[in-house]
Amino acid sequence: MSAFPANPPQELPAKSAALLELRNVAKRFAAVDVLKNISLNIASGEFLTLLGESGSGKTTVLRLIAGFEQPSSGEIWMSGERLDLLPPYKRRVNTVFQNYALFPHLSACDNVAYGLRVKNTPTSELAARVEEALRMVKMQGFAGSRPARLSGGQQQRIALARALVNRPRLLLLDEPLSALDANLRKQMQGELKSLQREIGVTFLFVTHDQEEAMALSDRIALLRDGALEQVASPREIYAHPATAYTAEFIGQTNLLRGEIRGGMVTCGALRWPSDEADGAVIFSLRPEAIRICADDKRQPSEVRFRAAVRQQFYGGSSELLEVDCGNGQTLRVRVPVGGPLAGEQDFVFSLCDPTRVAE
Amino acid sequence: MTRSSTVRRAPLLALYATFVFAFIYLPIVVLVVYSFNRDGVGGFPPRHFTLGWYTVLFADSSIWNSVLNSLIVAAASVALSLGLGLLAALALDRAGFPGKSLFRRLVLLPLILPGIITGLSLLMFAVFSGLHPSLATVFLGHATALISVATTELFAGLQKLDRAQEEASLDLGATPWQTFWRITLPNLKLSLIAAGLLIFTLSMDEIAVTFFLIGRDNTLPLEIWARLRRGITPEINAISTLIFVSSVALLVIWYHLRARSLGARSPEFLEQLGETS
Amino acid sequence: MYSRAYKTLVSLPPLVWVGTFLLLPYALVFAHSLWAVREGVMVHDWNLDNYKALLTNPLYAVVLFRTMHIAASVTLCAILLGYPLAYYLAFHAGARKELLYQLVIVPLWVSYLVRGYAWKTILGSDGVLNGFLQYLHLTREPVGYFLYSPFAVVLMLTHIYTPFVFLPIYAALEHVPRPLLEASQDLGASSVQTFWRVILPLSMPGLLAGATFAFVLSLGDFLAPLLVGGPSGTMIANVVQSLFGAAFDWPLGAAISVGILVITISLLCLGEFLEKRWAFQ
Repeated sequence: MSAFPANPPQELPAKSAALLELRNVAKRFAAVDVLKNISLNIASGEFLTLLGESGSGKTTVLRLIAGFEQPSSGEIWMSGERLDLLPPYKRRVNTVFQNYALFPHLSACDNVAYGLRVKNTPTSELAARVEEALRMVKMQGFAGSRPARLSGGQQQRIALARALVNRPRLLLLDEPLSALDANLRKQMQGELKSLQREIGVTFLFVTHDQEEAMALSDRIALLRDGALEQVASPREIYAHPATAYTAEFIGQTNLLRGEIRGGMVTCGALRWPSDEADGAVIFSLRPEAIRICADDKRQPSEVRFRAAVRQQFYGGSSELLEVDCGNGQTLRVRVPVGGPLAGEQDFVFSLCDPTRVAE
Repeated sequence: MTRSSTVRRAPLLALYATFVFAFIYLPIVVLVVYSFNRDGVGGFPPRHFTLGWYTVLFADSSIWNSVLNSLIVAAASVALSLGLGLLAALALDRAGFPGKSLFRRLVLLPLILPGIITGLSLLMFAVFSGLHPSLATVFLGHATALISVATTELFAGLQKLDRAQEEASLDLGATPWQTFWRITLPNLKLSLIAAGLLIFTLSMDEIAVTFFLIGRDNTLPLEIWARLRRGITPEINAISTLIFVSSVALLVIWYHLRARSLGARSPEFLEQLGETS
Repeated sequence: MYSRAYKTLVSLPPLVWVGTFLLLPYALVFAHSLWAVREGVMVHDWNLDNYKALLTNPLYAVVLFRTMHIAASVTLCAILLGYPLAYYLAFHAGARKELLYQLVIVPLWVSYLVRGYAWKTILGSDGVLNGFLQYLHLTREPVGYFLYSPFAVVLMLTHIYTPFVFLPIYAALEHVPRPLLEASQDLGASSVQTFWRVILPLSMPGLLAGATFAFVLSLGDFLAPLLVGGPSGTMIANVVQSLFGAAFDWPLGAAISVGILVITISLLCLGEFLEKRWAFQ
């Protein structure tokens, strides 16, 4: 157990009580440690995203909370009570499955009503709640349709309604938008976010898409190989990534590897002063932090370098340049749209832009 | 990974399942045991172990003649059923013609109708055409009944075939005929073998249809049937045991062929394990 | 992609075969049912007497109802045995699922006659079962009604058709997507509720297919009654078979066959209709 990495510091949003606590949760499948000592708090009412690559363990965390797997060690607590000792159908947790898992033999309305029916909810209350749920996801007109007749986006909404109608304390969403095409995805992202704000249910959202995570979440928990890499708000995690992995996973970056000696940082062709101790360093420098130098005036708070533009990618709202600083050092620079560039250019970035990251 | 962990135990259900298995196997076990019993097919417990009945069986030439007859009919049935079944499967998969759905139903009918109907109808056909009941009429009956089996199996195999492979073959310059021999048929190998083994087994065992079409030469099941009329001895247990053993042997051979063909790490195999990323 | 010549070449032989050896024989059966036997010889005298006889003579109705009763019993017993077995294999067998599945398939490859004969030797007055009961001193005399009774026919046919019923049910259960079961539990349903509300409805098409198969084949079976049925266990197909044998009345036999055919095809259509209605994917 002690061989597993310690958990990163996590600031809980102020004034929120922790709804769910994962305490030293580990999960082992056959000989593989899928989750290694995860400790995570989820605040009531927040939108937390579990972000990670395939195989990082994020879906496993979800399944542990839903109750389809048992932790190999550790505990899960919800609102002061042990959660992992309960079977799935007794937990006040509901899941929106990746492929929706709608019951094909029931209409949309009956799908939504399912959770209420199995608990013998009185008919009048049931009808009212189902209608409310369908309205919430804007599917009132489709109550009688079978899932086979609905489009992907419509099925997704019904799956959402089916989960929410039970008024769970925590809603788990397992990559619910991954099966949708790009435009529909953006639209659904917006709807999900406003829905969450409106009803105030705690959302635990799993995705591998970091843009989606940043757009939707109050906080992001980045998972890597079964361990938490960093847990912070999107702005925090983007501006101050803790490790090189985080810096590269979230957004784009240039990883500058070099060393500090005698008060100077040297990373390839780039040099700037630093008052940190001597040793090897890695810095993360975001492409948008580098600008094309407009004039010859040298500023003390800036780092300047000259590089040759090798590739230029037009992106509509901006352009991405691949520039060669010499000795094989390549950097990516994001500049405003301005026509084709060629040859050598002067670039500049501010001293405070590079963020020091751990390996 | 989304593999589910341990399978939930259900002891009562397991007990019931064991009971069902026992029900399915007990008669066969009894049959085999009593083939070694000196004192006959009944009574309990069987006391005197003997191989004598097998000796009698091996000396019984009319049984072995009927086995030979059955083998001839079965081999011929496999050949004709596979041939016509393949064509029918190709027609169902690729051709459109008026009355196609009626055709599909007709082809499948002998599978689901009681054998007596098929047997009687073919008997009337034989009389109508002036054929005398013989192994030839038996062969006709088996083939007619068993084309359905071939068609079903081969149709399923064709559905699994990736159409793009045939298109690629044509794109690379092969004629449709060459494509059929080099691409389509090899991909159907497994289905052909499965269908062949099944047709062979069903033909060797066929009674209902054969009953009405048999002439002077008996097939094995009808020879046994005739013996039953005369009184039962453990010799019949002995031949039954041999039938059972050879059926199981065929099944084992079939599984070996299939496992070797599919390969242990094929995508289907992995899919069955539920391995998703 | 396929030329007309290809399609014609491929369709023609099976069509010819089906026409000659299926359609024509069925037509002959129908024709025969409209003929008659006078003084021991069959004459091509078109009439409806055979059908009149079937509908008026109570003997045929009695045998038909007994046959349907037996077929229904067989189907019910096969389902009661086959469904739980399929359920166990699909959801609780774990790693041994494949092996157990093969074990269920094996008897299907073993001769019908062999299995029927086995029951004959077990159920008789001198049979294994009676010997076993007497050995345990549970009975003093052989029990007569095990063999040569409708009970024996039902027992034998259940034994034959349980694996047939098992197969489509197992296939249907395997096709139930596992996320549906998790979703059901996630929404608060217990295992029993999940079975009633999700698994059973989704396995209905398979259940229907197996049941139809077992019922229809039991209905037309004549070998089981000959082996183990005795006089009280005669079924409708035996009547036909004797009319084509010693009782020599092909036209009447053909008429009954047409009746069996009509009943069978109606049941198949009904089964197919229900399956389509209850198939959701």
